[in-house]
Amino acid sequence: MSNILELKNVSFDYFLNGETALRALDDISLTIKKGEYIALIGSNGSGKSTLARLLNAILVPTSGEVWVDGLLTSREEHRWEIRRRVGMVFQNPDNQIVATTVEEDVAFGLENLGIDSSQISRRVTEALERVGLSSFRHHAPHLLSGGQKQRLAIAGIIAMRPRCLVLDEPTAMLDPRGRREVLDTIQRMNRQEGVTVVHITHFMEETLEADRIVTMDRGKIVQNGKPEEIFNGETDLYQLGLEIPVLLRLNRILRSEGLDIPANILNLNDLVNILC
Amino acid sequence: MQSITLGHYLPGDSFLHNLDPRIKLLCLLVLIVTLFLVRTFWGFMFFGVFIILIFSASKLPWRYFLRGLRPVFFIIFFTLILHFLFTDGGRVYLRLGPLTVEEAGVFMGTFMTLRLVLLVITTLLITLTTSPISFADGIEYILRPFRRLGIPGHEIAMMMTIALRFIPTLMEESDKIRKAQMARGADFETGNIFRRARNLVPLLVPLFVSAFRRADELAIAMEARCYRGGENRTKMRELHTRPRDYLGLSVSLGMMLAILFSGV
Ligand SMILES: Nc1ncnc2c1ncn2[C@@H]1O[C@H](COP(=O)(O)OP(=O)(O)OP(=O)(O)O)[C@@H](O)[C@H]1O
Ligand SMILES: [Mg+2]
Repeated sequence: MSNILELKNVSFDYFLNGETALRALDDISLTIKKGEYIALIGSNGSGKSTLARLLNAILVPTSGEVWVDGLLTSREEHRWEIRRRVGMVFQNPDNQIVATTVEEDVAFGLENLGIDSSQISRRVTEALERVGLSSFRHHAPHLLSGGQKQRLAIAGIIAMRPRCLVLDEPTAMLDPRGRREVLDTIQRMNRQEGVTVVHITHFMEETLEADRIVTMDRGKIVQNGKPEEIFNGETDLYQLGLEIPVLLRLNRILRSEGLDIPANILNLNDLVNILC
Repeated sequence: MQSITLGHYLPGDSFLHNLDPRIKLLCLLVLIVTLFLVRTFWGFMFFGVFIILIFSASKLPWRYFLRGLRPVFFIIFFTLILHFLFTDGGRVYLRLGPLTVEEAGVFMGTFMTLRLVLLVITTLLITLTTSPISFADGIEYILRPFRRLGIPGHEIAMMMTIALRFIPTLMEESDKIRKAQMARGADFETGNIFRRARNLVPLLVPLFVSAFRRADELAIAMEARCYRGGENRTKMRELHTRPRDYLGLSVSLGMMLAILFSGV
């Protein structure tokens, strides 16, 4: 498999009032393969959002290179193609919906790409079906629930047929039900359509579904591995401002009480099966 | 609170509702010009009957007729009073100290009032039957030829769309902030007008701060979805003129020519 995203020694400085620079990312190198599902975690201010914005040329690195599917983000002429290939979903669903009806919001990105109208309608229908919002086609966005709004945002992105989906805390403002809806949609896109996913989150439970977890701290990548490697207890996640998922904490307690169960169970059903 | 929209659109299914928004805007322009060509009361009567016929054919409730006039009531009232008192000429009807109401004043006052009323009602007819979104579409198309003169048609339409999109969101938010501030003892309901205006500050400041943050995030989200202005942009709903649109335009033009050549 080839790499879809490649960061080579990337650093990024925010310039506050022109002078003082704040180093948000410090010499980061990371490669992500086509079709992978990456969870990106880290405490507040560790640079996750900054990293996300570098992936579709909203920001360009102060030094180093970001390659997307063989295109370089710092090249002006590659910018729009990169943005088409890497779709972004943000935390607040309200602030990324542009139009006054659901269908028109999904169409927004396609209109920007200059696709002709008959094809736009077709793709809108298809995208709404995939996120399960077909029956809301003519609704006003503000009447949708949080989870539905976020799925609408995802529909607007997948209608553009991106190869990679970058989601910056897409579930942070949702209730458990809305979170589940959104997570299922993301997973489906990844498993069935082979879309590469970079999922930034503060919810440790959500990371268990990823192929790989990348943890960041103060602008650096500190861990990069499979969920069972990250949570095996060798590095102190608390020190990075992170928690261990409830399931794994339970597992550890049970093991320390002398129960004989494998350490790397990441699924509630598996645990139930072993225990009962 | 939640249902306020721009221009008070009343959804429906009439001839006027289904006209292409570009054509409707053109018709409005033609009819406004026509109103300024009218020279006699007969002309206004003719025009008025025409508008009333269309109004009832569009199945609009009559109370909107009067409700639409309410915001401009004072302008109309002052036009009338100023003409009555200060336009001189002809017979004197009434003396009020140094002021007189004279024939020419009564004529001009009534004439101008009728023109204003008809102007408002004609515009109302269009705004009541056009959804704000197709209005924005229409404006974008109509202004397209003036792009070279620096008139940003696409941007105006995009601003209208975004405003429409965010009005309910911001209303909801202002409601929330209002309740939060009331819970802390803020008072929005008592006191004279200045006091009340000052009491709005704790409502408006957070609302503005949040609106700016939203604008910031929205701009980034739009760019991330490849938005780069109106150039090379297509539309999902393209506008198409149909025979009925030409009929509508012909009727308006006919109205203008009739008034122009009959001299009423
Ligand atoms: N627009 C900006 N201007 C200046 N500094 C910024 C800007 N955005 C972020 N920063 C700073 O850059 C650092 C990294 O921020 P970033 O938003 O990438 O963190 P994050 O990991 O996404 O945090 P969170 O979990 O709170 O979303 C922080 O110290 C932050 O204060
Ligand atoms: Mg962030």
